[in-house]
Amino acid sequence: MKDTIDVVINGEPRAVAPGVTLLELLGELELDPRAVVVEHNRHIVRRPALGEVHVSPGDAIELVHFVGGG
Amino acid sequence: MYDAPLTIGGRAFQSRLMVGTGKYPDNDTMVRAIEASGAEVVTVAVRRVDLDRSKDTSVLHHLDPKRHFLLANTAGCYTATDAVRYARLGREAGFNDFVKLEVIGDEETLLPDVQGLLEAANILVKEGFKVLAYTNEDLVMALRLEDAGCAAVMPLASPIGSGLGLLNPFSVRTIKRRLHVPVVVDAGVGTASDACVTMEQGVDGLLMNTAIAAAEDPVGMARAMRLAVEAGRAAFLAGRMPRREVAFPSSPTEGMLD
Repeated sequence: MKDTIDVVINGEPRAVAPGVTLLELLGELELDPRAVVVEHNRHIVRRPALGEVHVSPGDAIELVHFVGGG
Repeated sequence: MYDAPLTIGGRAFQSRLMVGTGKYPDNDTMVRAIEASGAEVVTVAVRRVDLDRSKDTSVLHHLDPKRHFLLANTAGCYTATDAVRYARLGREAGFNDFVKLEVIGDEETLLPDVQGLLEAANILVKEGFKVLAYTNEDLVMALRLEDAGCAAVMPLASPIGSGLGLLNPFSVRTIKRRLHVPVVVDAGVGTASDACVTMEQGVDGLLMNTAIAAAEDPVGMARAMRLAVEAGRAAFLAGRMPRREVAFPSSPTEGMLD
């Protein structure tokens, strides 16, 4: 059995641990869950639910925040 | 002269000038320019986090959401679907349910795709968003956006980042006259006189980014814009004299020497 699964985070392919939660994923990426918004397969996952959503192979995850704009 | 505060979607704002946070030479200049502008509403964009952490792109590290009203935009979106997606992400990232809705239709001019704009506005209004719709200076589209439930309509002065100033004062005035929701002109002013002339049309507010951020001295220009918006508003409220095609002497014509 493969010890990682392939997902796409912000458009980049990434290998992550099977069954990892979105909250754990943010921890691995050293991102503060209060500072990013997580979109999982086109659905926004609110902060309290991040620890309950597990990542599956092929998932598309977007991590966004506010940047300068007009 | 008393002036009621600008109220959009049930919220009153202190300043009629709104500013963007893009294109500044550095964050310190941006913060000082926003301060000098006196703006309360500050626009931000939603973008991917930089995963390799090489750049600190988060604007929230520099802006205090308690002092500024962060208005998320959907800049860069070319379809209603994308704009709705960005608006939802912005609401989740932000501190309010306001969105500056942009659906762009043309890369060269960045002019709005009004069909997509109306489509996105309809969806977002139903979802409870307070939509501030960036549109062109077309009265009929402005009326439709108002009918769709937009909290404010934002006709452009001229294309985004062009600095060409208010190209169509007649149309902007007409939109202001006919709409009941606030009209906030968004994009195109280049310098303080443009801001002043725009506010003299009687519109409720003015949003700008590049005119300040791309000035040689952004902090100095931000101050100039604050004064210009205040001056233009005051002049509108004061009511200008009628235009005449002939001179009318200011000094008495009687009592002249023989």
